[in-house]
Amino acid sequence: MKIIVLGAGRVGSSVAQHLASEANDVTVVDSHPDLLRELQDRLDLRTVTGHAAYPNILEQAGGTDAEMLIAVTSSDETNMIACQIAYTLFRTPTKIARVRAAEYLQQPHIFSQESIPVDVLIAPEDLVTDYVCRLIEHPGALQVLDFANGKVSLVAVRAYYGGPLVGNELRALGEHMPGIQTRVAAIYRRGKAIFPQGDTIIEADDEVFFIASKKNIRAITSELRKLDKPNKRIIIAGGGNIGRRVAEKLEDRYQVKIIEHNPEHARLLSEELDRAIVLRGDAADEQLLLEENIDATDVFCALTNDDEANILSAMLAKRLGARKVMSLVNRLAYVDLLESSTIDVAISPQQITIGALLTHVRRGDIVAVHSLRRGAAEAIEVVAHGDQHTSRVVGRKISEINLPKGTTIGCIVRGDEVIMASGDTVVEPDDHVILFLVDKSRIGDVERLFAVDVTFV
Amino acid sequence: MQPKVIQRILGLLLAVFSFTFLPPAFVGWYYGDIGVRPFLEGFLAVLIIGLVLWWPARRERRDLKLRDGFIVAVSFWLVLGLAGAIPLALAAHPHLSITDAVFESISGLTTTGATVIVGLDALPKSILFYRQELEWLGGMGIIVLAVAVLPMLGVGGMQLYRAEAPGPVKDAKLTPRIAETAKALWYIYLGLTIVCALAYWLSGMDVFDAVSYSFATVSLGGFAPHDASMGYFNSPLIESVAIIFMLLGGVNFSLHYYALSRRSLMPYRDDAEFRTYISVLGLLALIAVSYLYFTRYFGNFGEDLRQGLFQVVSIGTTTGFTTTSFHHWPGFLPALLLFASFIGGCAGSTGGGIKVVRFVLLFKQGMRELHRLIHPNGEFTVKIGRRPVDDRIIDAVWGFFAAYVATFSLIMLALMATGLNQLTAFSAVAACMNNLGPGLGAVGENYAHINPAAKWLLCLAMLFGRLEVFTPLVLFTPGFWRR
Repeated sequence: MKIIVLGAGRVGSSVAQHLASEANDVTVVDSHPDLLRELQDRLDLRTVTGHAAYPNILEQAGGTDAEMLIAVTSSDETNMIACQIAYTLFRTPTKIARVRAAEYLQQPHIFSQESIPVDVLIAPEDLVTDYVCRLIEHPGALQVLDFANGKVSLVAVRAYYGGPLVGNELRALGEHMPGIQTRVAAIYRRGKAIFPQGDTIIEADDEVFFIASKKNIRAITSELRKLDKPNKRIIIAGGGNIGRRVAEKLEDRYQVKIIEHNPEHARLLSEELDRAIVLRGDAADEQLLLEENIDATDVFCALTNDDEANILSAMLAKRLGARKVMSLVNRLAYVDLLESSTIDVAISPQQITIGALLTHVRRGDIVAVHSLRRGAAEAIEVVAHGDQHTSRVVGRKISEINLPKGTTIGCIVRGDEVIMASGDTVVEPDDHVILFLVDKSRIGDVERLFAVDVTFV
Repeated sequence: MQPKVIQRILGLLLAVFSFTFLPPAFVGWYYGDIGVRPFLEGFLAVLIIGLVLWWPARRERRDLKLRDGFIVAVSFWLVLGLAGAIPLALAAHPHLSITDAVFESISGLTTTGATVIVGLDALPKSILFYRQELEWLGGMGIIVLAVAVLPMLGVGGMQLYRAEAPGPVKDAKLTPRIAETAKALWYIYLGLTIVCALAYWLSGMDVFDAVSYSFATVSLGGFAPHDASMGYFNSPLIESVAIIFMLLGGVNFSLHYYALSRRSLMPYRDDAEFRTYISVLGLLALIAVSYLYFTRYFGNFGEDLRQGLFQVVSIGTTTGFTTTSFHHWPGFLPALLLFASFIGGCAGSTGGGIKVVRFVLLFKQGMRELHRLIHPNGEFTVKIGRRPVDDRIIDAVWGFFAAYVATFSLIMLALMATGLNQLTAFSAVAACMNNLGPGLGAVGENYAHINPAAKWLLCLAMLFGRLEVFTPLVLFTPGFWRR
């Protein structure tokens, strides 16, 4: 696919990297030649220097035959205008724009084909905010990813001694909790994926991915580890875009404190937040944290722009007694590093954003893509089309489907009904199938599997 | 400072004001009473004074400056208060001294409603009507009327508006042009008065009483053409009408404007000041009614409810109508009601007191200090509704409160020096500065029996209260007079 990425910032460059590694023709446009040179040295892609919304620049970047435009410059207006120009001049089929300002997002009809033709809006801050909020709502979970408009979730939990299921075979799960439907999609033991079978024994420190509906997440988590109390007291470090939105979303249900270094920003925050308490100071200030009862805090989220500051303040908070600490980490290298440190959850904004973008890059009718384990694994929601004669999936039992290696079908959503996949479930047309791919390189096989093929008999 | 410009405006306004003596004269003629002459004499006198002031300065068409605005606002109330006293002083019945006439006139124009006249029922209709009319004119501030009219005469009115319109947030303009704003507010005021008069008439008052009472209700004044005030009718229906229109009069008129122009009640619901206003009055009514009930003051719940509710609304909105001698009520109730009048009406209403929005800000600022003690590093913002309030405004409100209390204390001490006892002095200053009207102790019924010096002091209190303390105080700063 020919793709133009506008903006070589954090999101832009990681999207470009991801797409280039999947054999797409990627062109990156930015006004800073330094950023582009660095990208070009590292990755196999083309770069164009210039203002991202200028028609001649877009044309230079191959606008005439591009299939997709991803506008992720730092300016909302540039992103929107670039989409408009690409549509007017080149009729680019898919136009994705990052728009941050809630003022624009509140009026969805301005993004229609007649006014500002943007097919997909992504707001990375919103995605990260939702992600953080879900983690806080589900104590014990490392990741909570929604599918089928929130009807089912994929949850990652680290198993600990004390969980009733630890040391037992997987099939004991059904016996422990009759009536609760779930399916374990994957297990990672010491960084390696294990294909879950009924007789797989769960060990302590396994990272277990299971699929369940939202109301059952708590019960299932409790099988894998001693359950944490529901979260109540939250401290957020950093009052930037993400910190502020998380505080806004949580302040009605939790006791939220937010620490912001810059006095001017702190004042603005206190004007925007109603119930959350805004504290002015350094998130790594031991005295401040102690004064604000860090030892009685359930979750400490470090959400500043600065990776190092996030990691250090989260480590400090953990040592001072915070029950669970999370840190926003932009550099992928750090995410690996934090795997086994004192920090409970490392949140990578890129991975979250890329998932949203990949949904539109993938072929086939794909509703949601979540990138997992630093991009190595993927969970996707795909709609099965066709009938028994034209599809390799529809009309077949799950046990008959020839799934690529390392791929499991987690569950099927049919209308409002959620069906946990078992061998003899038959896939019907328009079912939403949720798959877990341990190895992302198999994505092409999955795409082919779900493709409707007229000549297939 | 532009003395000529000020002179021109004052002259014009006096000339216009003189015409307000004609309706009472007409009323007197219609009812055939003896009170027509003083109004006609007063009309001529004030008209001539106004024209004499205006003529030499008639070509001064420069715009008012901010400082001129303050002088005009203050001298205006003072000059109109004095001019308004002329017909009262000239009248043969009642025979009022100059002091009493000025007190009555200022009490009317500031919508206080404190009276020195006893035996209202026997007075000529013209005098009675004139008192009500003074309150009605004072209600929205004659200045606002002037602001609506004066721009047509070529005078920029923004400065006046800044000095006059009550409340801490003075920049909230409804329409882009000041004259349009003033006109819109005036129409609402007029409309409310007409509806109120109709409602009174339908509930059983005669035409004269309906008009008179509606003037004093919508302006939250509290003068009545009967000694027994609202108790004269002894009608729950009339009292209910009064309660509704007193409540409406105490609401920020901009809210009425928004509600009318959008044809919805949402502006009321969304306004934090309105919600506080209603909640405070509701809470006070609850306390008053239950205390009356448990002390068995009236001995029957219906009566407790009726009297409690009416008196709370009347005193809480600083109207000052009475249905019963509330100053004889048991326990803490009289003092509670008097304190309620300090909160008063909403900003931008005809009510007095320190205004609900200032009360809210003071409370929230107090809470903020408490939060700061708990979280020394905390950053807290005072908000009204969901909108943050600038610290500058909070400083101004604290300053206002301090000035209010200081002025209050000084006048009260001066009153006690003239020989009033403490209860009388305290309640008289409170009732006058909050533009309420009836006090406690010796001024529970009327102000007829206190000494002349005290009356002049109370006139001062009424003016300070109406002009929101700062406007007159500015004139006492040396910096104001320096060029």
